[in-house]
Formats: sequence, C-alpha cells, structure tokens
Amino acid sequence: MPVFYGTEIASRLMLGTAQYPSPAILAEAFRESAAGIATVSVRREAGGEQAGQDFWALIQDLGVAVLPNTAGCHSVREAVTTAQMARELFDTNWIKLEIIGHADTLQPDPFGLVEAAAQLSEDGFNVFPYCTEDLVLCERLVEVGCKVLMPWGAPIGTGLGLNNIYGLRSLRAHFADIPLVVDAGLGLPSQAAHAIELGYDAVLLNTAVAKAGDPVAMAKGFARAVEAGALAAQADPMDPRDMAAPSTPVLGKAFL
Amino acid sequence: MKIIVNGEAINSDAPSLAALLEDLGKGEAKIATSVNEAFVPKTLRATQTLKDGDRIEIVAPRQGG
Repeated sequence: MPVFYGTEIASRLMLGTAQYPSPAILAEAFRESAAGIATVSVRREAGGEQAGQDFWALIQDLGVAVLPNTAGCHSVREAVTTAQMARELFDTNWIKLEIIGHADTLQPDPFGLVEAAAQLSEDGFNVFPYCTEDLVLCERLVEVGCKVLMPWGAPIGTGLGLNNIYGLRSLRAHFADIPLVVDAGLGLPSQAAHAIELGYDAVLLNTAVAKAGDPVAMAKGFARAVEAGALAAQADPMDPRDMAAPSTPVLGKAFL
Repeated sequence: MKIIVNGEAINSDAPSLAALLEDLGKGEAKIATSVNEAFVPKTLRATQTLKDGDRIEIVAPRQGG
C-alpha cells in the first residue's frame, strides 16, 4: 500500500469531495470506495454561513486522511498563502499543490509549481504536487523536496483517462522510489486499473465518481479496479507480442 | 473605516482582526484568515491591527478535488 511522507495508507484510491448530489451520497460513496484520503479545499465563508463548519463535521466522520488542495490558484503567492491557511484549518502539513498555468486545459504551471514547492517544503509542508508527466519538471520537484509526484492522466474533469501512457511509464521507471499518483482525468475504473497496472501507487479522482449517474456504484467500481490493478502489477504480467500464439495445445489435435 | 471582507466592502471599527471576527460571529468558527494577501495565524489575530482599505479573507473547509 502507498506510503506518503511516512504514513501508510490502506487504499490505492484517493477521492475528492466536490460535486456530489448530496452530503449523504458523498458519505456513502466514500464508504463504498474504501478511499484512504479525501481531498478538500479552503473557500470563503463570511457572515452567517455555516457550510464550511457542516462540511468539516461530515469529513471528520469519514475517518480518512485529509489532503487539502490549492485548487484555483494561478500564482505562487496565492498557492503559498492558501497552503498556509489550509495547514492551520485542517491541522496537517500535507498539501496538494495546484498552480494552474492554462485556463482551457487547467494544465499545471511547471515554473510556479517548482517555486512554490520549494517555498512550502522549506516551510515544513509535505507537498503533493499536481504536475504533468514531464520528467525534467518531476526531477526539479523532487530536488526541492517533494517525496510524492502526482502527474495528470488527462486534464481535470475530462474523463479521458491516461493520455500519455509512454510518459507515465517513463516516469515510473525513472522514479522507482518515489510514490506516484495519477491525479485527474480519470473517467472509468478501467483507467484506474491501468494506472495501477503501470506500477502507480494510487489514483486520485473526483468527477468520475461524483458526476456518475450512481456515484455510490461507481465508487465501488473504482475500489475493485484499483485492487485488480494492484493484483495484476504484483503478478508479473506477460509480455505483449505482435504474433498470435495458440493457447490450446496443437499436439494431440485429432487428425480430421 | 472601510475594509474589504471576502471581496465585499464593509464599514467596521474593529481594532483587530480578532475583534472583526467576533463582530462577524466567527470568533469560534473553524476558519483561517489573511490580511492583504498574507496569512495571519490564529495566534496573531488579536495583535493584527486593521486599517482603512485592508483586504481580509476568511476561509473555511470546503469540498475539493
């Protein structure tokens, strides 16, 4: 099972908490997913609003580790301040560092990401960077203190799956000792299974479950998919080949 | 003085961030704060003075991906 900054998590599924039809469905989806980590955010709350307080009570009842994010941040300063607020709010050094560099694709800003990751690591944070599968970027992130890498499968919310399997495989081969998580872009359990089959330690998703017609059933599907992927990864899969090879013995076939 | 709280201009005489939060009914709430884009930890809210034009952000736990 994955170990993030010294903490072993009893699941390869990390699940977001946004966009569910209701708090009750969120809670039930989490139970069925067996996810070990919930991602959360910090958002404005003033006046008589109580939404944040109610949400926090719900999350505490889930009994999972909490990973706050810096979603929606476009600059290093914004992300660092958001991380500082999240650390106090959720009482954790963990931060999913998101710095958006491109409005249409929500592609991470690699330059800001390295700068912010360096500042936050220096300040005692355990940074989970939402990044691309770029090897050089990932090397820089590790150099500045990241002990987890979270490359995207595809742009956030698209459900397109693993867009660059070669790149993800290269990353796995290059960073044998760093926990790797495919974060974002997954739409189906089969895509999650594929990520784990590639040797990834975990997957992080939200929309695929929350926006499914039946989020609870989809959560169960993802739970089984990551288990299946992990069994396959441990089972030393056969090598693919171009030519057909009969599985039924040729020897002994009746001569007709 | 006029200050900006979560993007909205309000009039306040609160001498400190802690006092402002009390006025807003957020004294005991699970929130985090910043003033002029800089994080202000809970332990420093009482000594964080406010002045005209300050931009205050008050955030709480919320759903996220």
